[in-house]
Amino acid sequence: MSNPFNPPTIAGAAEAGSPEAAVLEPARRWRRLRQRFLRRRMAIIGLAFVLLFLLLALMGPLVAGDPSEQHFDAVLQGPSFAHPMGTDDLGRDVFARIAGGARVSLLAGVCSTALAMLVGVPVGLVAGFYRGWVDPIIMRLNDVMLAFPFLIFAVGLAAILGASLRNVIIALAVAQFPAVLRIARGEALMLREQDFLAGAIADGTRDAAIIARYVLPNSLNALIVQATVAIPAAIIGEATLSFLGLGVQPPTPSWGVMLTHAQPYLAQAPLLALFPGLAIALVTLGFNLLGDGLRDVLDPRSGR
Amino acid sequence: MGQFILRRSLASLIVLFLASIMVFLGIRALPGDPALVLAGESPDAATIAAIREQFGLDAPLPVQYANYVAQTFQGNLGISTKDRIPVADILVERLPVTLELTSLAILVGLAIGVSAGIASAVRRGRSTDYVATGLGLFGLSVPHFWLGLIAILVFAVKLRVLPASGFVGLGEDPVENVRRMVLPALVLGTGLSAVIMRQTRSALLGQLSADYVRTARSKGLSRSREIRHGLRNSLTTVVTVLGLQLGALISGAVVTEQIFVIPGFGKLTVDAVLSRNYPVIQGAVLVTVTGYVVVNLLVDITYAYLNPRLRLSGASE
Repeated sequence: MSNPFNPPTIAGAAEAGSPEAAVLEPARRWRRLRQRFLRRRMAIIGLAFVLLFLLLALMGPLVAGDPSEQHFDAVLQGPSFAHPMGTDDLGRDVFARIAGGARVSLLAGVCSTALAMLVGVPVGLVAGFYRGWVDPIIMRLNDVMLAFPFLIFAVGLAAILGASLRNVIIALAVAQFPAVLRIARGEALMLREQDFLAGAIADGTRDAAIIARYVLPNSLNALIVQATVAIPAAIIGEATLSFLGLGVQPPTPSWGVMLTHAQPYLAQAPLLALFPGLAIALVTLGFNLLGDGLRDVLDPRSGR
Repeated sequence: MGQFILRRSLASLIVLFLASIMVFLGIRALPGDPALVLAGESPDAATIAAIREQFGLDAPLPVQYANYVAQTFQGNLGISTKDRIPVADILVERLPVTLELTSLAILVGLAIGVSAGIASAVRRGRSTDYVATGLGLFGLSVPHFWLGLIAILVFAVKLRVLPASGFVGLGEDPVENVRRMVLPALVLGTGLSAVIMRQTRSALLGQLSADYVRTARSKGLSRSREIRHGLRNSLTTVVTVLGLQLGALISGAVVTEQIFVIPGFGKLTVDAVLSRNYPVIQGAVLVTVTGYVVVNLLVDITYAYLNPRLRLSGASE
């Protein structure tokens, strides 16, 4: 309960899976979910923002040019036709750096979340499924990880491993891990008591097969919702660490690094601080809106 | 209740014990001789020998750990490699600054968050609600440090009403201290208020549609009394959220101190990492984690006190 990856939902609220998931056939269920999703205008706006930044991250250098190229005749300039967002103190195109930063940001957000899920989901499912002596041990270890506020942990890790994008992703993944584990465990605990699982258990199906075939698919809704909360938190986390000088190192373009560079020029070139911040705000807002919509659709009982 | 407190305290102690092992091993995980790491750049032989002696670095790890804990309990956290001042003294000097900042931020967060949450729940589906939820979502999506830069730009650079950065001790000049704390506290408190607002709103909405409120309404209870009833039962949510947000608040303080150049705990830690001042990092992380675990324990106890169901059922999660 220590970091931005633990959404402040009250314990248990996000741990409700939809029982209909086990009943409806996949194609019909998908169609129904899509219809429900498309009715939510804010969620679609969110999705549009996310796709926009994804496109920017993928096509960045093609559309915006080289983020490291210096134009010595154009230093600290305002927006113009040649440089739509102006140039920074080293004469680099701000738009190109925003596009490059999108790549770093999304990479950090998505990779750290994927890493946390890859480790946290199996551990959580096993803890919740078996309970017994496994569960308390895993939960105590989880408590220890929660004892480190996210940034303090990341700062400590940067002190030991050094500052780089890879280490930022590791720190962000570790920070997300407790929340992922808690959700996966809660899902497994709840699903264990369901009749269709009791049937499989009575059948003598192997435990690993039960977890893979029944428990995991039925936990996916809650995990997807968690991912949409975790990715924007990780994006802010990356920007924060890079802003402090403990993350992505210049000259790699990162929105956090751009803001560090912008601070001394606040009076001269305020736009330099505006664009990276707007980019962070829009991409996180996009994920948050998308997440709210997905939560309504996939996990209606968790509420807001 | 006594049993609950005892059991939770014991669990916290175990967590602290394991966390201290992690901090202890962290320094040892660094490549190279830990004595050199703790001594800083270009130390003389005598300094290295003294550190080796003090922390018993030649002994096996468990003995070293016992030694480390014993030294810590005596208030000896090592010597800062930068200015050769005892780490404990630095921490004692910096801690009140961060405590002041976070306390002010909590006040700001509660004041804005709770009132906006109530307004939004009571006027559900009307413009007040949309504005409040919209701002709440915005507050969640905006990073602290950007908000800080924008605040400096508006209030210090353009309007010139508040200083852009710097710190004056509360004891030196209380008025100037508050003047310099306004912007940082607002920036740190805004993020908190967004979370508190969203949770207060949903808790209060839940309460207002609960059976007991509906019964009270059908008996002719006024709207304001109704809200007061609902609010009392939403209080546990606010306490929980504050507890959950504590980590985010500490992390936020680190960034806020960096932007506004406030000599608190967070700036101390970041500066120590950037200058590889390991004794300070170790001490600051240990103290932060200890404080965090203790406050979380207090939050849990408060929560149990406010919510007898939890206390009586004996569940801690």
